Amino acid sequence: MAVEQIVMPQLGESVTEGTIIKWLVTPGEKVNKYQPLAEVLTDKVTAEVPSSYSGIVKELLVEEGQTVPVGTVICSITTIEIGKKEVNQLQADEPKVMLRENVDMKTRFSPVVLRLAREHGIDLSKIKGTGRGGRITRKDILKYIKAEEERKESEMTMSLTEVEPPQSVQAFSTEDRMREIPVTPVRRTIAHNMVRSKQEIPHAWMMVEVDVTELVKYREQIKDAFLKKEGFPLTYFAFFVKACAQALKEYPILNSEWQGEKIIQKKDINISIAVASENELFVPVIKNADEKSIKGIAREIYELANKARSGQLRPEDVQGGTFTVNNTGSFGSVQSMGIINYPQAAILQVEAIVKRPVVINNGIFIRDIVNLCLSIDHRVLDGLISGRFLQRLKEILENMREETITIY
Amino acid sequence: MPVVSYIEAVNMALEEEMKQDPKVFILGEDVGVKGGVFKATAGLYEKFGENRVIDTPLTESAIVGVAIGAAMYGLRPVSEIQFADFIMPAVNQIISEAARIRYRSNNDWQCPIVIRAPYGGGVHGGLYHSQSVEAIFANQPGLKIVMPSTPYDAKGLLKAAIRDDDPVLFFEHKRAYRLLKGEVPEEDYVIPIGKADVKREGDDVTVITYGLCVHLAMEAARKLIAEGISVHILDLRTVYPLDQEAIIKAAEKTGKVLLVTEDNKEGSVMSEVAAIIAEHALFDLDAPIKRLCGPDVPAMPYAPTLEKHFLINTEKIERAIRELAEF
Repeated sequence: MAVEQIVMPQLGESVTEGTIIKWLVTPGEKVNKYQPLAEVLTDKVTAEVPSSYSGIVKELLVEEGQTVPVGTVICSITTIEIGKKEVNQLQADEPKVMLRENVDMKTRFSPVVLRLAREHGIDLSKIKGTGRGGRITRKDILKYIKAEEERKESEMTMSLTEVEPPQSVQAFSTEDRMREIPVTPVRRTIAHNMVRSKQEIPHAWMMVEVDVTELVKYREQIKDAFLKKEGFPLTYFAFFVKACAQALKEYPILNSEWQGEKIIQKKDINISIAVASENELFVPVIKNADEKSIKGIAREIYELANKARSGQLRPEDVQGGTFTVNNTGSFGSVQSMGIINYPQAAILQVEAIVKRPVVINNGIFIRDIVNLCLSIDHRVLDGLISGRFLQRLKEILENMREETITIY
Repeated sequence: MPVVSYIEAVNMALEEEMKQDPKVFILGEDVGVKGGVFKATAGLYEKFGENRVIDTPLTESAIVGVAIGAAMYGLRPVSEIQFADFIMPAVNQIISEAARIRYRSNNDWQCPIVIRAPYGGGVHGGLYHSQSVEAIFANQPGLKIVMPSTPYDAKGLLKAAIRDDDPVLFFEHKRAYRLLKGEVPEEDYVIPIGKADVKREGDDVTVITYGLCVHLAMEAARKLIAEGISVHILDLRTVYPLDQEAIIKAAEKTGKVLLVTEDNKEGSVMSEVAAIIAEHALFDLDAPIKRLCGPDVPAMPYAPTLEKHFLINTEKIERAIRELAEF
């Protein structure tokens, strides 16, 4: 015994539904195979639905007058035959065009993914693919681009909030009490870099006092002759850059960069120097400063500063810096906390040289004193090594005197 | 707006055009007194008389040949080929004559005929009542081939076809006749020939198709929402000449393209669509172009299981979309 189902048959080529006009059987009634069960009306014909089985009508599932799609079960019959086996459905044997699941697709890129990566300067190894076999899909890369944009935007907004005028200004905040200053591309880059450095790098700070009386004395002696002879000034800054390059040679860990999984220590000592124009800040680079004479460094500072102020710096002039020396003393500062020039590990602020009363051997002397302030990336550097570096720098500078200095 | 079936929309378009232009007339087998085997021309014989709704002998070459002659003399004939399968005896008339008259006469003559024919399977019609024949004509400049997917499009496009000054083949899926219903305005409107239509906006996978398969793709798309797959559907509407701009745009939308036709795969309309995408949108593709088509066997089989195997259905489209989405 089995329960079989009778469906609304397709009565005609384009017919998709039919209406039961009248049932010719009632539940419980015995029917024979091919015996009419119901009258059906389509928009083309009226016809009888024959029974496909012999048995007893179990249930009528569609009411008279009701219209149902072709294939809908209209009644069920309890048969005495053994239920007919379902005809095995033909399996679609479409050729497999797609690659199999287990193939690694992480480095197989579709044309659109390659194009988008190129257009947006994206390193594809940074994106996790969600496609088959780890393939990076168009959606993955679009999502990545959008996330990057949002991240940059929020950084911008954050840096902007920092420079927003204080609340008190709002008391007068009528239009004429404020001035809107559009952000230039250079300003935007500065903002971006500063925020990035401040957010990513845990800054620590220390300062030493250096007695440069001898250095000052020596420079005063020769500076006019030097200018006359060479055609550019012999600045203090050149001495500081030279001393710094020498100290870095001895403490190379300050000449390095944090890279998440590792610290990269640079063999070349390329000193970035901060050069400010009226509204902008540039950091051109003195390459291989440790290999150059004081004169050579002085000349390069002079040339790079001129280039920066006249807007003629080329990309190669500002690339490759490994450590920054900032001449904050030039505008009279005696103490400052520099923000590290990302992704370097430290920045040295050379403050103004000022005359101070200093106690030496229980006597009070007037000496030329300069403060050197060092900001460090605390992930790379600790106080101990940084302190030693500053001590060494102090030593080098305090020993710069007529007898020890070679300008050329 | 009344809801009507696909075939009622065809009937509406014919009646409206016959009313507004006395040059329009219908000829074909059993189109008159019987109103057509599918009832596409039902009631027209009664309304417009035997001179404008003409029952012809069973001679397809004559149905088209007479129409060509009448068209060259300024009339606007609408020929019905009872089943697209039977268009073969008229192919010489269609390709060698109708398609070339304007070109051959240096624009002195034109041939504004419409040839309507029901195509497609799924109605247990077997070899002679189930074929898709569009690919045969889809490389004959001079012809236009229109294959609407909804009642609304069917009315608007048939009216445009009748008003067109060149020969138009108008293929209607016979299973769509009573399966598809939709809102169709009673007033006059036309849909431009040669323009594809975005039937659904989505951003995971693009499906490009035409005719009844649009309906199946729409159903598949609705089901796939539950899986978070968003499907973009472009209905070609006119399969020759193709709306290249719309095809490229749709392919670029998602970078993953599924092309669906009930016709045999090789050399189908979809082969040309794939070529257009490959030529113009390579750098927007995120997956190989995929075709879902009938198998390359000579005709639609009669056995229900084999017919089912041949035909496109919602499940097959669903599976193909899913595969592309996961790629």
